[in-house]
Amino acid sequence: MSDPAEARDAEDTPHGVLARNGSVDAVVSAILFAIGAVVVFEARALGAGWQNDGPGPGYFPFYIGLILCVAGAGIFWQAVFSAKRNRGAFVDREQLARVLSVFVPAIVYVVAIVFVGIYVASAVYIAAFMVLLGKYPVWKSVAIGVAVNALFFAMFEVWFKVPLYKGSLAPLSFLGY
Amino acid sequence: MDALNSLLHGFLVVLTPLNIGLMFVGITLGVLIGVLPGLGGANGVAILLPLTFTMSPTTAIVMLSCIYWGALFGGAITSILFNIPGEPWSVATTFDGYPLAQKGQAGQALTGAFTSSFFGALVAVLMITFLAPLVARFALRFGAPEFFSVYLLTFCSFVGMGKGSPFKILASMALGFALAAVGMDTITGQLRMTFGISDLMRGFDFLIAVIGLFGIGEILLSMEEGLAFSGKAARINPKVVWETWKVLPRYWVTSLRSALVGIWMGITPGGATPASFMSYGLAKKMSRNGAKFGTGELEGVVAPETAAHAAGTSALLPMLALGIPGSPTAAVLLGGLLIWGLQPGPLLFVEQKDFVWGLIASMYLGNIAGLLVVLTTVPLFASILRIPFSIIAPVIIVICAIGAYTVHNAMLDIFFMLGFGLVGYVFKKLDYPLAPMVLALVLGDKAEDSFRQAMLVSQGDVMIMWSNALVGSITTLALLLLFWPLFSKLVGLLRRPKTVDPVLAEQPVD
Repeated sequence: MSDPAEARDAEDTPHGVLARNGSVDAVVSAILFAIGAVVVFEARALGAGWQNDGPGPGYFPFYIGLILCVAGAGIFWQAVFSAKRNRGAFVDREQLARVLSVFVPAIVYVVAIVFVGIYVASAVYIAAFMVLLGKYPVWKSVAIGVAVNALFFAMFEVWFKVPLYKGSLAPLSFLGY
Repeated sequence: MDALNSLLHGFLVVLTPLNIGLMFVGITLGVLIGVLPGLGGANGVAILLPLTFTMSPTTAIVMLSCIYWGALFGGAITSILFNIPGEPWSVATTFDGYPLAQKGQAGQALTGAFTSSFFGALVAVLMITFLAPLVARFALRFGAPEFFSVYLLTFCSFVGMGKGSPFKILASMALGFALAAVGMDTITGQLRMTFGISDLMRGFDFLIAVIGLFGIGEILLSMEEGLAFSGKAARINPKVVWETWKVLPRYWVTSLRSALVGIWMGITPGGATPASFMSYGLAKKMSRNGAKFGTGELEGVVAPETAAHAAGTSALLPMLALGIPGSPTAAVLLGGLLIWGLQPGPLLFVEQKDFVWGLIASMYLGNIAGLLVVLTTVPLFASILRIPFSIIAPVIIVICAIGAYTVHNAMLDIFFMLGFGLVGYVFKKLDYPLAPMVLALVLGDKAEDSFRQAMLVSQGDVMIMWSNALVGSITTLALLLLFWPLFSKLVGLLRRPKTVDPVLAEQPVD
């Protein structure tokens, strides 16, 4: 425990830190390196060299892939071996719960759009978000969800004539929208 | 006097009731975007871009650029009243703006911020009016190597002037280029890196990336903090405005210096955020009241706001004259040009006079309209921030989803948006800059084309990048900037260890 960075870590631990910047950094840099490697191989498969009529389709991406690999390796080095590596907390338990409480419903919402269209899914999403996370009364949440989407409907379909995706459920199709 | 004639013509083009009306609509939407968390200049313009598909290009750019001015103005409101920077470039405004609000002088701080924003923009627009046509005329003689060297300079200056790990800047940039390469190869027509997925043929649209990275990513970040706003009340009345305007001329040196810093950082893709920090730091060092900075000095609000707005405005110069945007928002506007059927680049000044000069004229008018709107409606926008986050967050996610869908009417894009949102969240937390990635996504195809054309001309000889004085000096400058972090490290090793400026330490990686 002679390293001051480690001493700081010891103070951080009680907060339920799930991941540190340094380790996430290392993982992300490994992913970047992998993407770079994929780009390099794809570029070589496409023809990264000089062809009869000039540079091949993989000519430019090949170097981009190389840069990505070098950068990934550099970040990995800085994250794992550098003396100034960042040991600060990346995310703790409470923060992760908060972020997931937004991100997971967002995924469900986007999947729902595929089936019931943007307007219906959005109204349900806003209302559910307000009830579950904001602890609002149901009538208020539903009212706001519907009102916001009525506004969007007026804006997109009526004023700017940009039709949005309505899925298999199109409650206003009899009006021609 | 050529420029003045063209400018007058531009005013005639812009001054129609429809354009003026949309100008105010744009400014109001822009301020709203600037105030709300998760929506900023770049993704706000990206989301509203599809609404302009049916308009004429001039009307569309007037409205979109006004959204941009509005967002630049709006960032200051949250910084001063809530100590929460609405945009990264208004972080420096919180240093003195919030203490002023705590002292009950929110009105003065806001008036000072808006007025100096206006001043910064005005200086930058004047510069654009006279410089942009010259740059465009000069650039008409550019060939493929020259264009590639300018692209190289753009991206290398991110590395040379950026904050944080140069490897991360490189990675962000290369990832952008790699994503841009996905889809149809523009020269041979071959499919690249689609892995047999037909939907990837279109490639990754940067508008989707912008909406995800800045919109969803920002919402996730704000959610993590578990936001609870506690703001100061703001009352602006004509008396406060007048009193503040009487004091402001005292800071003319700071204003002028900040405007110049902003213009420089805007043309080179340093961006508004570093510009605002640099100018705050300079003002702190050079002002007589420098020691009192951070306790609520009006001068400490004037400096970053002038620079941020000047930088944001002058970022449009390379976009107009060369077709190379200086900031993510300018990149989105450039994407708009392509969609409306205009070819960005130096020829714009020859072929689309109405459009170019209409845009420049609307910069003057838009900023005047902006100043009027923000000075009169601050309490309204401040009250929007009191709407609880659990209502705002889902609405913003819905807006982002609609925005992502309308770009190509493609469902898959909404999933990509979520993916980019996650990337944006992780990258922001790990201090990866997002701007190089967005610009690489936008410019990827063009940079590649110019590189391949240059290589075709020289039959694969890289020395064509030094074939004449112009292209040689730009390329050399670019390489110098690329390796700047290395040089400065070497110099740092030779010299004594330097102390870190506490102001610069708080600058976000943008």
